[in-house]
Amino acid sequence: MKYTEEHEWLRADGDVYIVGITDHATTQLGDLVFVELPEVGTSVTKDDEIVVIESVKAASDILAPVDGEITAVNEALAEDPSLANSDAFGDGWFFKIKPSDPSQLDNMMDEAAYKAMIG
Amino acid sequence: MSDLLHTPLHDLHRSLGARMVPFAGYEMPVQYSLGVMKEHLHTRTKAGLFDVSHMGQVVVSGESYADAALALESLVPVGILDLPQNRQRYGFITNDQGGIVDDLMLANRGDHVFVVANAACKAADIALMRATLEPDITVTELTDRALLALQGPAAEEVLAKMDPRVRDMAFMDVATLTLNGAVAWVSRSGYTGEDGFEISVPAGDATALAQALLDHPDVEAIGLGARDSLRLEAGLCLHGHDIDAETTPVEATLHWAIQKVRRSGGARAGGFPGADIVLGQLAAGARKRRVGLIPEGRAPMREGVVLFANVDDETPIGVITSGGFGPTVGGPVAMGYVPAAQAEVGTTIFGELRGKRQPLRVAKLPFTPANFKR
Repeated sequence: MKYTEEHEWLRADGDVYIVGITDHATTQLGDLVFVELPEVGTSVTKDDEIVVIESVKAASDILAPVDGEITAVNEALAEDPSLANSDAFGDGWFFKIKPSDPSQLDNMMDEAAYKAMIG
Repeated sequence: MSDLLHTPLHDLHRSLGARMVPFAGYEMPVQYSLGVMKEHLHTRTKAGLFDVSHMGQVVVSGESYADAALALESLVPVGILDLPQNRQRYGFITNDQGGIVDDLMLANRGDHVFVVANAACKAADIALMRATLEPDITVTELTDRALLALQGPAAEEVLAKMDPRVRDMAFMDVATLTLNGAVAWVSRSGYTGEDGFEISVPAGDATALAQALLDHPDVEAIGLGARDSLRLEAGLCLHGHDIDAETTPVEATLHWAIQKVRRSGGARAGGFPGADIVLGQLAAGARKRRVGLIPEGRAPMREGVVLFANVDDETPIGVITSGGFGPTVGGPVAMGYVPAAQAEVGTTIFGELRGKRQPLRVAKLPFTPANFKR
């Protein structure tokens, strides 16, 4: 598992990565009530704002963690955004991405480094 | 946040694990461990305890209640003189343009008017009252009292265990009761759309009373986050957002708060700042109006979203002043201002969200039925 400073997690799944946000992030955001996911097949560039999430409190964006192509999105999450609160690392995943430059993952944090970052 | 003021319940909020945020110069709890969604739903089904001690508590007194009430009517366009003893009324202070300087609760307490004002406005309200009404009238801010709100369908049962006389109170009644040993000024009112009570107690009694209320299994502490979503679903205005010095009571559809006696032809018609404008709008209608809005999609549309009559219009017709997710409604809700032509319930308009025009429907307020004990 890899982590970004934007509180995303990436888990390898064959040649793609499953991406979600951490339980630390969902706790900070509060109850999610709306998620707008990108379209499957979209080519994205690292740091593009590709997902809109809204909690009861505010709207925020999720950035593309790497360059690549979106290969799947979690329709169940769009139907029930609270999945990101109840199961951040499981059923609450957001999208799958196929990196065009896997070396971009090299500088990401591991679990210990992420935990150190959030204190 | 060292320059922020604390309410008498500050330590209790900390001990309950509240997330504290700056609000109107105070450090206030935005949510507790339950989170905004569960706090909101708990208040609608059982009872929620809110700390609203940041609000201003002001005694306006003169030779008699009538003197104080009549004097206040020179700033406030509602009937205060004819308010029966131990009854409360919603009102507002207007400016010369008929704009709403602040909205208030006003109670007849026998020999004085008890006023509750918004935290962000209280200093200006008091300064205005003093400048306008003194020396005949005395304006005293009570800085040694806390203000709690207990809201929700279980509120009466919870409070009746401390003083059964609450059962005899109707919506907007006021009484002095003994709650947990404290002499409390209680009104049957609130700002959530639910039945409930607002409770003024000496600051030194506040924590013990709040703790005793929280000891009841039906009561949870509720933060400002849920207070905002509850009042939005209830169609209630938040000053500085849905109403302000630029909006009149008629535009804000608060005309119901202006009794006949203060309207044209009434015994005490006008006589408040901006009366010509407000009374003119009461007769002829206002150009724009506050309406309820339900976004047709699932995306919340928040304050500041610009509104258009048609999907491809260039000129905006209005703006959303409050909006978000309504936990009881189960979807997004909003309020905003639109021209009279678009204000009919059922009209479809468009809001620009992240560069895209999304439809909204003009809807009846409140979004959730009021549960007041009339």
